Amino acid sequence: MVNPMEKIRIEHLSIRYSDGTESLRDICLSIPANQITVLFGPAGGGKSTLLRALNRLNDLADVQEVSGQILFNGVNILDPGVNVVNLRRKIGMVFSRPVVLPLSIYQNVSYGLELMGERRKSKLDEAVERALRRAALWDEVYDRLKDPASAISGGQQQRLCLARVLALEPEVILLDEPTSALDPVSTARIEGLMQEIKEQYTIVWVPHNVQQAARMADYAAFFLQGELVEHGPGETLFVKPRDQRTQDYVTGRFG
Amino acid sequence: MENTSQRSEWVINLLIKVSGYSSILFVTLILIFLLREGLPALGVTPLSNLFGDRWYPIESYFGILPLLFGSLVVTLGALLIAIPFGIGTSVFISEIAPPWVNSVVKPLIEILAGLPSVVLGFLGIQVAAPLFREAFNLPTGLSAFTGAVLLALIATPTIVSITEDALNTVPPAYRQAALALGATKWQTIWGVTVPAARSGILTAIMLGIGRSIGETMAVMMVTGNAPVLPHGLNALVMPVRTMTATIASEMGEVANGSPHYQVLFFIGIVLFVISLGINIAASWVSLRSKTRAERVLS
Amino acid sequence: MERSLTSARIQQRIGFSLLGLVTFATVLPVLLIIGFIIVKGAPAISWEFLTAMPRNGMRDGGILPAIIGTFYLTLGTAIFSVPLGIAAAIYISEYAPDNFLTRLIRIAIINLAGIPSVVYGLFGLGLFVLFLRLGTSILAASLTLSIMTLPVIISTAEEALRSVPQAFRTVSISLGATRWQTIWRIVLPQAMPGIITGIILGLERAAGETAPILFTGAAFFLPRLPQSPFDATMALPYHIFVISTSVPGMPIQIQYGTVLVLLVFVLGMNLIATLIRQRARARRQW
Repeated sequence: MVNPMEKIRIEHLSIRYSDGTESLRDICLSIPANQITVLFGPAGGGKSTLLRALNRLNDLADVQEVSGQILFNGVNILDPGVNVVNLRRKIGMVFSRPVVLPLSIYQNVSYGLELMGERRKSKLDEAVERALRRAALWDEVYDRLKDPASAISGGQQQRLCLARVLALEPEVILLDEPTSALDPVSTARIEGLMQEIKEQYTIVWVPHNVQQAARMADYAAFFLQGELVEHGPGETLFVKPRDQRTQDYVTGRFG
Repeated sequence: MENTSQRSEWVINLLIKVSGYSSILFVTLILIFLLREGLPALGVTPLSNLFGDRWYPIESYFGILPLLFGSLVVTLGALLIAIPFGIGTSVFISEIAPPWVNSVVKPLIEILAGLPSVVLGFLGIQVAAPLFREAFNLPTGLSAFTGAVLLALIATPTIVSITEDALNTVPPAYRQAALALGATKWQTIWGVTVPAARSGILTAIMLGIGRSIGETMAVMMVTGNAPVLPHGLNALVMPVRTMTATIASEMGEVANGSPHYQVLFFIGIVLFVISLGINIAASWVSLRSKTRAERVLS
Repeated sequence: MERSLTSARIQQRIGFSLLGLVTFATVLPVLLIIGFIIVKGAPAISWEFLTAMPRNGMRDGGILPAIIGTFYLTLGTAIFSVPLGIAAAIYISEYAPDNFLTRLIRIAIINLAGIPSVVYGLFGLGLFVLFLRLGTSILAASLTLSIMTLPVIISTAEEALRSVPQAFRTVSISLGATRWQTIWRIVLPQAMPGIITGIILGLERAAGETAPILFTGAAFFLPRLPQSPFDATMALPYHIFVISTSVPGMPIQIQYGTVLVLLVFVLGMNLIATLIRQRARARRQW
């Protein structure tokens, strides 16, 4: 039976790259629905690898061996028979650098829908506006939707990247250090935005520092060198970590 | 709808894959057809004839040595000119010249690379040959020397572009280190930059050789069409005949399948093997140096 | 110390001037060639020269059939080599795994680029003219030129595709695009200026080639324009060869005029390629 509060369940997941380095070892983690789950820890701990496994973007990298299961709505998405295109529409991703596609602002948002075969102008217009509004960008760009997306600021571009994902009405949003290239004001906007919309989605966030992790986490998981050291609700994990290593990292003794 | 788009994507991916492999197919086809038409020459014409020193097809003398020699002599002459000028020019444009000079020189080199060889051959007949005959007081201007000069013009752009690439990939840190030690720019160029780029320069020279040996029209028009083995050092100013020119000028007149036809294809095989050898060696040299550079820099 | 420093400076001064001279001597012939052909060829150019059939054993009249022929051959070459070349470049840059077969493809392309043009002529004669019985024809000559042009198009197109940032591909895939959708909607449009430049440079070479068409499609003289792809054709490069070596009493002005027309054809393509490259560089967003 699938726990209604549980959106994704990771069971004994191990990933090994072709150059022999092991990136993730025997990860078991359950990601709750309609909350922000933060994956944090020092660089090279395997957070991004895990994130990219969740929508099978690792297929593009030199992954040699994957074992274990990732159950999404009860289905193992690592199964070779899974339709990855549909999966990626349901599990969207925002990257650390705001990479806008070399298209107009409008086309960046409508891109995913057009890939699905949606050609009706009215439907696209509606979806683009809804997504831009939800990403709190509409008021800033509504009068220049046809401009190249590269013309807007970095912070706006990152919200455009979010709108691009939201347009597909995903169930899960993966964020890989989404604010690492942004100034503090833009960072605060993105953080506030995600708090506002988290109720309708399931958000998995890899923050770029431990302060952000503590700020954002409803649920948190601490990764160290490919291992899941400890996980639990944010308020307990950051205040009273059980593991000494988590304690050391959270208090800034290493990092 | 999902299904048809999946199927059309499957077809597209297949077409792309097949196109990707087409180059292998074409090289193989070229080899097969050269062998098919050219190998019978070995059965009909005795080896002693084929590798003899007399090319006189009307009397069935099919010795390719004079032609091989002709190709070598013009290529050698061309390289003697093109290597110093080509490398000198690339050093100048990549290490010394200000940008405005490059914005003039580079397009001119590109234009030279794009000049059809028949145009150079035409000017060879009209301008270069009479000029050289007068200047050096020769019986004819249509000689290996004129051919070598034209070939040098044809090989130079190849040498320049590859040498320049090689010089540009030398890490700036090398130059800065030499300059910091008190070397002048000139000493840095010849003591550090050029040696560091030597495998790229070697590749450039090899491809220049390939370009010269394979060149047809310009050489055919100005070398005087004399398939004879020369006897002394004056070979450079005498008329010669290259392998490429022989094929081009005689293939039109032979009967398909005749011994003469087969021998011309056999020369084609020789040219194919030479260019294959040069290109494989060149890519081996540049590949080896690349992995070495990666090792040094990592 | 002071002395050796200044002598090193003098050495450098001399060396730089010498290399400057070498460079000048390398590019001077190009200027002379172009200038000379324009000066000698321009008087021959007239409306009649460009649009009339040759008369009086080609010693009079125009060179229309050679112009048309070169146009047909270039077009024919484009029809075969452009789709095939782009598709091959897409395979190498976007699909090919790093394995033995891919290395073999690379070696094959390098070798195709190095094979002498007259050997392409032999190959075209053996395969297209004789084996496939296409005869000496525009079709056989175009196919021969296509295979010769292929490596130029593949390698420039591959470079253009590779210069498109990897992040665009990752983002597109993450939004649910398939590999082909990503290539078609994002990668190809971005690489297009580079690809077109490569195509033009390849076709420019094909337009100026003589040796590959000698035995596959070129005709010494034809009293009428080619009617179908199965006809032989006159062509500018071969025509220059013919009138400068095999027609006694050929007026020198017609020879230079013909050379000028070919030069304008070829260098015009070169210029277009350069302009496209510069425009694309100025407008690039990444």
